[in-house]
Amino acid sequence: MTMNAISRSQIYVLDQDEALDFYVGKLGLAVGSDQDLGFMRWLTVHVPGDREHEILLEKPGPPALDPATAEQVRELLTKGAMGGWLCLTTDDARKTYEELVAKGVDVTDEPTERPYGIDFGIRDPFGNRIRIGQIFWRG
Amino acid sequence: MSRAVEESNRAMLRARDAMDRAYAEPLDIPALARIAHVSEAHFIRTFRATFGETPHRYLQRRRIERAMSMLLETGRDVTEICYAVGFGSLGTFSRTFRQIVGESPTDFRRRRALAANVPSCFAKAWARPSSFG
Repeated sequence: MTMNAISRSQIYVLDQDEALDFYVGKLGLAVGSDQDLGFMRWLTVHVPGDREHEILLEKPGPPALDPATAEQVRELLTKGAMGGWLCLTTDDARKTYEELVAKGVDVTDEPTERPYGIDFGIRDPFGNRIRIGQIFWRG
Repeated sequence: MSRAVEESNRAMLRARDAMDRAYAEPLDIPALARIAHVSEAHFIRTFRATFGETPHRYLQRRRIERAMSMLLETGRDVTEICYAVGFGSLGTFSRTFRQIVGESPTDFRRRRALAANVPSCFAKAWARPSSFG
């Protein structure tokens, strides 16, 4: 038994239109699929050119979660305690940082050079953590 | 009702993020309350209800966590680090450090080895001194 990729992962968002505006409009990710399945809106994004690794932007709610549980998820998400975390890489962290600041993105951590690369932290509109790094790959 | 809680949570998180980002600046309650778009009294009360500690305490822990990191990763002296992380006096810094960490900055530096090479957001969250007992 051998796994060969992390093909899809999930984070919770409070509003999928707002999520599109942020993840596609501001971060520059591409829409993988945006389908109304009736029981849910299956909305995924990926890094441009890499359809093999998708992030599902899921809205918590019924019937998957009962209303009270969904409300707990929303409360944890908005206080930054839901655990949603994305780690993205870029060729130029400082330039990417300047572009995102110009777009009004919430910054948690300015670009800093570390042993593994230069990275910075932002927060999505809902409370998920995102780290963007220019990684020094070591052979 | 729940929408109001979400908006309040997100505003409190924005102020907390500002403390994480700009810990070295002279952040005070009026400035943080402005970031959260609430009155000062409401800010302190709501922040505490949301995160389980006062904003002042959160900022202290953030500054001490940064000081711990600088003590381990740089050769800067204690006084320099005290001001670099936003404290206004060495006395307050030393007292707060000892209260939170359990030993003086100099003893801490002597005892601890270099931090592991892990993504910094996890290191920050887990290596930060606790206020929860």
